[in-house]
Amino acid sequence: MSELAPPWVLLAELTHRCPLHCAYCSNSLKLTGRDLELDTAEWVRVFTQAAELGIVQLQLSGGEPLLREDLDALIGAARELELFVQVLTSGIGLDRRRAEALARTGVDWIQLSIQSAAASSGDRIAGFKAHAHKRDAASALVEAGLGFTLNVVLHRRNIDELEAIAELALDWGAQRLELANAQYYNWALANRSALLPRASQLQRAERVLEELREELAGKLELVWVLPDYYERRPKPCMGGWGRVSMTVAPDGRALPCPVADTIESLALDSVRTRTLSWIWEHSPAFAAYRGIDWMRSPCRDCPRREIDFGGCRCQAFALTGDAVRADPVCDLSPDRVLIDDALAAAGATSDIRLVYRH
Amino acid sequence: MTGWSCSVSDPPPDATDRRPRIRAGARLSHDERRETDLLLAPEVVVRLNGSAAAILRLCDGTRTQRDIVKCLLDRFPDADESRIAASVSDFLERFGREGWLQ
Repeated sequence: MSELAPPWVLLAELTHRCPLHCAYCSNSLKLTGRDLELDTAEWVRVFTQAAELGIVQLQLSGGEPLLREDLDALIGAARELELFVQVLTSGIGLDRRRAEALARTGVDWIQLSIQSAAASSGDRIAGFKAHAHKRDAASALVEAGLGFTLNVVLHRRNIDELEAIAELALDWGAQRLELANAQYYNWALANRSALLPRASQLQRAERVLEELREELAGKLELVWVLPDYYERRPKPCMGGWGRVSMTVAPDGRALPCPVADTIESLALDSVRTRTLSWIWEHSPAFAAYRGIDWMRSPCRDCPRREIDFGGCRCQAFALTGDAVRADPVCDLSPDRVLIDDALAAAGATSDIRLVYRH
Repeated sequence: MTGWSCSVSDPPPDATDRRPRIRAGARLSHDERRETDLLLAPEVVVRLNGSAAAILRLCDGTRTQRDIVKCLLDRFPDADESRIAASVSDFLERFGREGWLQ
């Protein structure tokens, strides 16, 4: 067997605490409490091990990373290790002083999430009056000279607003706009029938996207995260299991993807007891679906097996109860009917109550 | 970072007069583990070959394209000037088109 290539990216979920309660949150249904969070020294040790292992990109996420009082110290430590540091924030608590302090840490980039182009519907999806705070956060970032991506998770209730969202991104001074169609795990899966857009909505959105790409070329970079339920082939999830990226949860558990703890059979190791390099090379959770040896038919014999890696293991597990089955999104999967049924239901239902993350 | 320096001149205005700079939010990094130079940006890692890294290190917004060629010639005195000028021009054109320069 050839030597295992090192990972590129570490997603550090500093905390599960968050002022928002988004109905599509990808955090675990069982959120980690503050008392179990890694402390400053533990995170710095993880970042040091990450840099030694070959990781070059660090994403500081959550929950809301601004709720960590040591955030600036953590960014500073990561920048000293020459990591490219991005902070993923809701913007709640990001006033001018906070933005200036962040800029002094040398943070490379910020991702600011919004829920929609309009305050009322945005606040409805986040379960919190957040929109005005986010506008202020964007202007604080601009004044502090920090570049940022505006990120919006797309679903049935906001996917018709792409033009307004793009206009808002320009207006607020974003350099990039990430239009991330919801991925259905955890809270989003619980709310799937209320969130899945209808086929007609998606068709319109894709048309608008093309127009916006042309209109905004050179002004705003558009990133479109595919709505995988509407695809015929699965996404190459995480660029392949245990191939590119590692996630460390607030309590130190190391995961091949942020939602891998949904696969109940996975034995997760913790950075509290193992080094990151040991975990990358030896953790059974990372080895479980790495490469192609774990595959069964139809993935095993598929010419795309090293392009999409069988799709998403967490999606296969969530929908079929068996993580080694093909991602049901793939139309070669015997389980595709599960996706088609969900899409049909999305077309048929009207407004359904959201279950907010709690 | 470059370990060597050179001056900035004021050439007559022409196509090589632009002063390229790596776009905001992207930066160069040396990857010791993989023994390669990288261009890092949000959600992107670009592996650079030696000449791409040598050119990009000079794209600081003060040097013109012509200065960059001159700096490279100072560093590699045996290189052919017209070939260096052509490859710098090609590289900046391509990287600029991909949105890496401002």
